[in-house]
Amino acid sequence: MSLTQLVLIPLLPLVGAILAGLLGRVIGRVGAHTVTILAVAISCALSFHVLKQIYLDGVPAFDGPVYSWLVSDGVKFDVGFLIDRLSAMMMVVVTFVSLCVHVYTIGYMSDDPGYQRFFSYISLFTFSMLMLVMSNNFMQLFFGWEAVGVVSYLLIGFWYIKPSAIFANYKAFLVNRVGDFGFVLGIAGVFYFTNSVNYADAFAAAPKIASAMLPLTSNTSVHAMTLICICLFIGAMGKSAQVPLHVWLPDSMEGPTPISALIHAATMVTAGIFMVSRMSPLFEQSDAALSFVLVIGATTAFFMGLLGIVNNDIKRVIAYSTLSQLGYMVTALGVSAYSAGMFHLMTHAFFKALLFLAAGSVIIGMHHEQDMRKMGGLAKYMPITAITSWIGSLALIGTPFFAGFYSKDTIIDAVHDSHRWGAGYAYLCVLGGVFVTALYSFRLIFMTFHGPERFRQADAGHDAAAAAHAHDDHGHHGPVEPHESPLVVTGPLIALAIPSLLIGFFTVGPVLFGGYFGDSIRVLEHNDVIAEMGKTFRSPTAMVLESFAHLTLYLAAAGVFFAWLFFLKKPEWADAWARTLAPIRNLLLNKYYFDWFNEKILSTVARGLGFTLWKAGDQVLIDGALVNGSAATVGWIGSIVRRVQNGYLYSYAFWMVIGLAVMLGWFLVR
Amino acid sequence: MITLSQLLTLSAILFALSVAGIFLNRKNVILLLMCVELLLLAANFNFIAFSRYLGDIHGQVFVFFVLTVAAAESAIGLAILVVLFRERRSINVEDMNTLRG
Repeated sequence: MSLTQLVLIPLLPLVGAILAGLLGRVIGRVGAHTVTILAVAISCALSFHVLKQIYLDGVPAFDGPVYSWLVSDGVKFDVGFLIDRLSAMMMVVVTFVSLCVHVYTIGYMSDDPGYQRFFSYISLFTFSMLMLVMSNNFMQLFFGWEAVGVVSYLLIGFWYIKPSAIFANYKAFLVNRVGDFGFVLGIAGVFYFTNSVNYADAFAAAPKIASAMLPLTSNTSVHAMTLICICLFIGAMGKSAQVPLHVWLPDSMEGPTPISALIHAATMVTAGIFMVSRMSPLFEQSDAALSFVLVIGATTAFFMGLLGIVNNDIKRVIAYSTLSQLGYMVTALGVSAYSAGMFHLMTHAFFKALLFLAAGSVIIGMHHEQDMRKMGGLAKYMPITAITSWIGSLALIGTPFFAGFYSKDTIIDAVHDSHRWGAGYAYLCVLGGVFVTALYSFRLIFMTFHGPERFRQADAGHDAAAAAHAHDDHGHHGPVEPHESPLVVTGPLIALAIPSLLIGFFTVGPVLFGGYFGDSIRVLEHNDVIAEMGKTFRSPTAMVLESFAHLTLYLAAAGVFFAWLFFLKKPEWADAWARTLAPIRNLLLNKYYFDWFNEKILSTVARGLGFTLWKAGDQVLIDGALVNGSAATVGWIGSIVRRVQNGYLYSYAFWMVIGLAVMLGWFLVR
Repeated sequence: MITLSQLLTLSAILFALSVAGIFLNRKNVILLLMCVELLLLAANFNFIAFSRYLGDIHGQVFVFFVLTVAAAESAIGLAILVVLFRERRSINVEDMNTLRG
């Protein structure tokens, strides 16, 4: 594992991004996708090599500076890498999903005028995300954190002539600012105690910080570690879209579908989970902060999943599913099961990217139609997409032997075993979440791929919302004939379907219970629920057999059954239920009024405050009193003094003589 | 014998007359020029008086210089006056207030 190899991994995508971005016109479409895919492919291969060296060959973790960025007052800010088992796994996930998305983009964006720009952005994203996960200090972590945010902003607003896309990318940017504010405060807190931005120093100082108190007011103080960890976690809440900072993620679906798969499902939104896992030595020192993490995660896991049931936009359903799954990961972090959270992150990256790309394939096949009410029966026309979607959904709901089963079941068990404050509530949430996940996943499958073919009904249910979503180059509404997507689209689907099927079975043992993470994740002994579970773990197959004794499996099955019943067999029953439960349905359709609250109350108050400050502070006080006021005072004095200047020579002479006389008189009398 | 104080009093009276002429006169620019001449003559009178009183010839030499400058000054002044009259068809002091703020 040479330094050159490590430096090349993030640098190659950056070079690709620059070439495709600045020389896009020169090298053309083929040139742009060749250079970026080649760069990411090499980077992916190198990442696999690093993983092999770290895990199989037992090469020790690399922790060192690459380049000294600046030294100020004895504090060094380095660009440095910490390559251990945690970051090696993330590097592989990021580069592999990125590679699939790069290839898929050739098909998805084939008729888009911003082709080269798009490739440049996603390569830039890969670079930023790699810098984030490979970092060995807070400074570089924050750089990567903000860089992925910028690229996310650029890509959500990729179709920049669509007002809804501009609204969405602005919203994503603003909501992330709230989170980043907390994140910066957290980093500042660590820096305050250690006078260094390196992880190693922060982790070494963890016991010292844990015993320190920070004064809030003159007679109250808080545990420094709790405050720091909650601040850091607020950053994670923004990036990983946890309640109440989740509002940007559903709207981010305005961006092209490959982006939803890469950034808003597989990699960027998991940066928060990765960060908290990385900071496990800090979080372990504060039970209160972990309880906070737990409650937020569990709330997101259950309540955001519910929203997936009422949405009709195929991408938004998957977006809410992502929110819910991120909630599961955060819940795992909250019960100190960091490795389970990271494991779910990995499996989720594969099957959720798969689901998004499959949804994108459906959207291409339907000529840029995203409303599930206008689909149905597509399995006949798009067999590969349908099969891969089935695999993705089965993995998502936790079908035995699929990837999601192992990761999700472990999280649920870990929450069950935990004694942390809030674990009881979290257990109910994650259990309920299983049922809800199965329900919305199979609602999507049944409405899209099975049942009556609704796409031939011209303008059926053609409403304003659907029109707003149709960013169509194709432009034609009414009957469409769906078709299977080309190989560049289905290829990545298959490439992602394989790990979605198998990766859980083959890696659950070593990753979770075989001590894969080693000392890159540190858990205090009395918190270590995964180690407790490891004592009874025998094999992946045995885990499946044991699950038949648990409620989880039956909840998932019930979810699928109800989805089949309501959305395929008896759709009229679903309508009847919708009428009966109208108030709840309304609550869900309005997304718990979070957007309403933000737009109507929060932003009204903020705008009112701004308006008042503008009118009273700026216009009246500064402009009126200070700037124009001083000028007016001078003018007023001038208008009086001006009368002396009457222009007659004799009066000037007269005043001159008077002055002379007064001066002389004063001189003589004195 | 004329005393110094008598001479100085005469000079002061001349000076006061010319100053009064400068600001009491509202009609004629030529009068202004004449008053300025008179002002210089009053100063010359002082030079001569002190020269005589102190027995120092320098004062009287200085008078020549002052007279020369006064002649040059009134030549330029009259030239400006001619141009002014051509320009405005008037030498009335009351009309000349373009310096007003």
